[in-house]
Formats: sequence, C-alpha cells, structure tokens
Amino acid sequence: MVYEVIVGGKTHRLELEKAAGGWECRLDGQLVHIDAVIPRRDVLSLLVDGHAYEIKREQTATDLHMWVGSTRFAVELRDPRSLRSCQHAAGDEKGPRKILAPMPGRVVRLLVAENSEVEAGQGIVVVEAMKMQNEIKSPKKGVVKKISATPGAAVNPGDVLAVVE
Amino acid sequence: MFKKILIANRGEIAVRVIRACREMGIATVAVYSDVDRAALHVRKSDEAYPIGPATASESYLRMDKILDVAKRSGAEAIHPGYGFLSENAKFAQACADAGVKFIGPTPYSMNLMGSKTSARQQMEKAGVPFVPGTSRGLASAEEGEQVAERVGYPVMLKAAAGGGGKGMRLVHTRQELRSALESAQSEAQRSFGDSEVYIEKAIVNPRHIEMQVLADEHGNTVWLGERECSIQRRHQKVLEEAPSPIVDADMRRRMGEVAVKVAQAANYTNAGTVEFLVDQQKNFYFLEMNTRLQVEHPVTELTTGFDLVHLQIRIASGEKLPFRQSDVAIRGHAIECRIYAEDPDNNYFPSPGKITVLLQPSGPGIRRDSGMYEGWNVPMDYDPLLAKLIGYGTDRQQAIMRLERALYEYFVAGIKTNISLFQRILCDADFQAGKLDTGYLDRLLAKGNQAARSSAPEKERATLETIAAIAAGMFAVLDPASSASKGKDGNAAGAAKIPSNWKQKGRAEGLR
Repeated sequence: MVYEVIVGGKTHRLELEKAAGGWECRLDGQLVHIDAVIPRRDVLSLLVDGHAYEIKREQTATDLHMWVGSTRFAVELRDPRSLRSCQHAAGDEKGPRKILAPMPGRVVRLLVAENSEVEAGQGIVVVEAMKMQNEIKSPKKGVVKKISATPGAAVNPGDVLAVVE
Repeated sequence: MFKKILIANRGEIAVRVIRACREMGIATVAVYSDVDRAALHVRKSDEAYPIGPATASESYLRMDKILDVAKRSGAEAIHPGYGFLSENAKFAQACADAGVKFIGPTPYSMNLMGSKTSARQQMEKAGVPFVPGTSRGLASAEEGEQVAERVGYPVMLKAAAGGGGKGMRLVHTRQELRSALESAQSEAQRSFGDSEVYIEKAIVNPRHIEMQVLADEHGNTVWLGERECSIQRRHQKVLEEAPSPIVDADMRRRMGEVAVKVAQAANYTNAGTVEFLVDQQKNFYFLEMNTRLQVEHPVTELTTGFDLVHLQIRIASGEKLPFRQSDVAIRGHAIECRIYAEDPDNNYFPSPGKITVLLQPSGPGIRRDSGMYEGWNVPMDYDPLLAKLIGYGTDRQQAIMRLERALYEYFVAGIKTNISLFQRILCDADFQAGKLDTGYLDRLLAKGNQAARSSAPEKERATLETIAAIAAGMFAVLDPASSASKGKDGNAAGAAKIPSNWKQKGRAEGLR
C-alpha cells in the first residue's frame, strides 16, 4: 500500500508492505520494520524498533487527528490511486469553502448577508451551545455565496452553515 | 434510615449519590428530561421517571413535577445534588410541606445565607471576620465615598443578591465611585430584581479557600478541613485541592473554628461550605456560605476518609454525627480536575456531541466520578461538566505525579475536552510551587499555547510526527472501512465505492 501523508505541514510518502512478523514500512524511502495491532476501535498499538506507542484516532466530520500519547497531530491521508478525487479538496485558498458547524447547537443569529464580502477570520454565524455563544468564522477572504443557517434552527456537527467563495 | 431516595439531579453528581445509596442499601429514584433518557444516572438507578423537556426550567427546576414523582414512587427523601434546586429555600420548604425529607439544611438557614447582606449582619453579630466594608446596602454615593475613604481604595461594589460576577464593580479611585455604583445598582436590578449594593475593601490577588462543615440535627457541628479553590475562570472553579499549600495546622484550626461559628449562627444542619478570601498576609475573611454539597467534595473525602454523601443521608435521617472534632485528621493530599466538554483551541467554548471513543484512567491514587460513557450524546442544554478526575497521594507532589499519569491515560474523542489544560497546569512552575490566586489561570492562559508547545523538545516532536504518519497509514490498512480520506468533500462516497480487498477477504473468511 502506498499513501501520501500530510502531517505538520510536510507531505510524506508512506509505503507499507506485509512482512514476516509485522510490516515493512518505508517513510520517504527510509525502511523500518514495524508491528501493529488494533486492540480496539480507533486505538493502534505500534512497535517500532522495540519502542511501543499507543496511538488514538479521532475522526470528525471535517478532519482526522492522530494522538501519540497526549500529543495531537492533524493528519491528511491520501491514497495516490484515487488522488484525482482528492484534488479539489486540496485547493485550500481557491474555490468555494463550506463553513461547517463544529458542534451541535442552535443558530442564534447571522452576522453577514448573502453576497457580502468577508475577510478571513470574520464572524459569519453565531451558534449557541451549553448556554454559550460562539462565532463561526470565515476560513478565507471572499464573498458569501450562500447562507444555509437559519436563526433558531438546531444544527449538527458537519452541517453546512454557509459557503464562502 | 430511609428506604428510598429521589435524586433531583443529573450527570456525575446524580451517579455519585446513587452509588452512595446502593452502598447503604437504599433504593434510588432518578428523574430525567427528554434528552437524558440514555444518561448514566438513569441507567444506574432503581427507578426512573421523565419530568419534561430538555430546558431545565421545564424539567430539573420544576418542583411540582419532582415532588409528584417522589409521591408516586414513595421516596421518603430527596437529595438535590448541586446546582438546580439545591440552594432553593422554596423547594426545601415545599419538600417539608409534602412530608418528604430534603437532604440539606433548613429553609431558614438557606434564606439567611442566600442574601449576602443578611448573612453578613448575622455573622457580624457572631464575631466572624469580614472584609472591611458595610453590612447593609448603600443608601447614597456619599455614604459609599465615606466607607471607601475609611477602608481604603481599591474597593469592590457587590450586589446583595449577587452571584457569578453580576452587579460587581472594582473601583480604584473616588472619581470612579459614583458612576460605578449607579451601573452596579442597575445591573443588580436587571439581573436579580434587587438593586441593593454594598461595598467592601478589594483584596488584591486573593486566594479562594473554603472550609467544609457538617452539622447534625442534635447540635453537633464539626469542620473537615479546607479546600484551595483559587484556580478559576469566568468565576468557575477548574481545579481544587486539599489541603491548601499555604494553610498550616494552626491556620486550619482557626478557619475551622470560624466556619463552625458561622454554621452555628445560622442554625445550620447537614453538609455546608464556608468560603473565605485569603490575602497575601494569610488573613482570612468570610465571603459566603454554600448551603449544599460542593462539586469538589471528593478532595475532602480522600484527605479525611469520610464519605460526605453517606453522612448527609445519615444526618437527614436523624442520626447523630458518628465522630467528634478530635477524630478528624487530615492525611495525604488530593487534587481534583474538572473535566469539561470544552474546546481548548476555541477559547474553551462548550463542545457537546457524541463521545465516539472513551479511554478512562484508573490505578493507584485515582478516583474518577463520571457521568459519561462511550457512545453517549452529551446534550447541549446543561453545564459542560462531564467528570471529575481526582488524584490522591501521600503528599502534594505524589498527587500531582499520579494525576499527570492518569491524564496521560485519559482519552475522549468525538467531543473536545479541557484535559490538555490540566496537563499544562500540573507542570507549571507556579502551580508546583503552590503560588496561586484567583488570577492565576487567566495569567497562565495569557502565556498562550505557543509557550507550552515550544517546551516540547523539537527532536521528540519530529519523532512523534513520524509515528503519527505511520499510524495513519496502519489504521487505513488494518481498518479500511472507517479510514483514509473520509470526511473530505466527496471523498467519503468515492472511497466507499472502491471495494476493499481486506474487507472482502475478511468477509470470505467469515463465511467459512
């Protein structure tokens, strides 16, 4: 299996091949022998050169994190065989960006109107949860193409609140 | 002794009380709102009844519905937990009128302590030390200026009916006083329907230290040692410990004696907490009395060996305290971390939702009082407290080390928690030296995450990054069904269409 892994802003090429007593792992060409088991869902026990690591996987509607011990890493994993389908997701600054609800809550009010110009970091929608109000901000500078959030409505994590292009 | 107790609460404290009841052979009755049907306290109780919609004012705060459940189920007593109706004198009175024992103080004591000025007048008569100031609401700005002149600036204006920082103003000079008083009065009127505001000398960088008391209904009152609660944010406690790093045996005895005096002056019964402000010279001043079981009661239980909920129930059933003041000894050190559903990367904003993975710590010196479980959907309607993790050791340093170890084992996914905040606090030099005051946490957070991150050695971080990359690949290989580029726009559907050899192989083997 060959993957492209982005972690800490760097892209690595990762090759994994089943071998006797574990896996042959080539990270950017460098060979290490590893052993890996999944003792329970979202937990991986990894042995590298006698060093033992417990890694936890956290997947949300928007991203993927690996926790090595208690350090968290944002990770993007791509399968080069299906790279084509990934490309539009990779174009960060270009194209439309959906603004997703990060947690369940209730839409309190809208801070901008459709078709208005916004700066990166500008508040778009206010969502309330556990009696606290949270401004959901625009990830980029652009124009608000669409607002799907309506005041008073309940939202779930991953729901599209607005689209900025 | 009671045969059946209703718990008028939810979350970890409801589970805590249910456990005590089961230990004592008492049947339990839970109540729950629509969004709490699958909550842990409902699962753990002997009986459970719905009391209405998610909104607390239509369920957990509805005295009539709760008393109706008590009547229907035949519960002889009600434990209110903390929050909700726990400090509501009207509810305590309604319980008495319905012939159900309220496990807590009498409505008289609750009313007395409920108003800060009436509490202050009563306590002044009993000779309790106060922050210098007035015991009555200010009649005029002139009176305020005179008092401020006498006690010295800075001064604090406080609403008599206040709480949570509302109707409070810090005043540094005479020029600011008049407008600050006006705005405090109008804020107090808006928030509490009562514009009474009094004045106190402001204590600079105070500590917040409280004393646990227990009183039976036969006139016996004891103190059980202090808790240091200076680590707060938005007037919300985050981490508490017992004993306080600055309180020695003599100061503890003096604070304890004052706390007992406070309780006796209010004819107090059951468990209560007397809060003090402590200045830099270790002078302590009475602040208020909390007429309920506190969130942080476990640190007192661990350092005294007494079970406060057992004792609350025994006192309420009419028993005498089973020990005397001279039997109370403080042993070891305990620290509690309040695990909140909050996002550290988003200014500790609440983070409700489904808990997808939960790995919980255990082992020597660790107590975990929790209301959550894997697969539970944390509702967005209530306080974000999920669980309390308490570390106990022979001394403060060992308690810290055990907590650090336990926090390393603790993992919650699906929602965000403040677990990483405790990892920062516990390794902070000021915390380790016991240099705490109520401004401590804001100062620590102002240092920013950056400082905390750069402390991790660069080389170690690079190694961990490598491990994270390999792990992401191994997850994808070993558990392809729920992996790889899932979640990115359009990819989840695309990936699902590609047949996985591993999955097919697995299925084929499963068919044999």
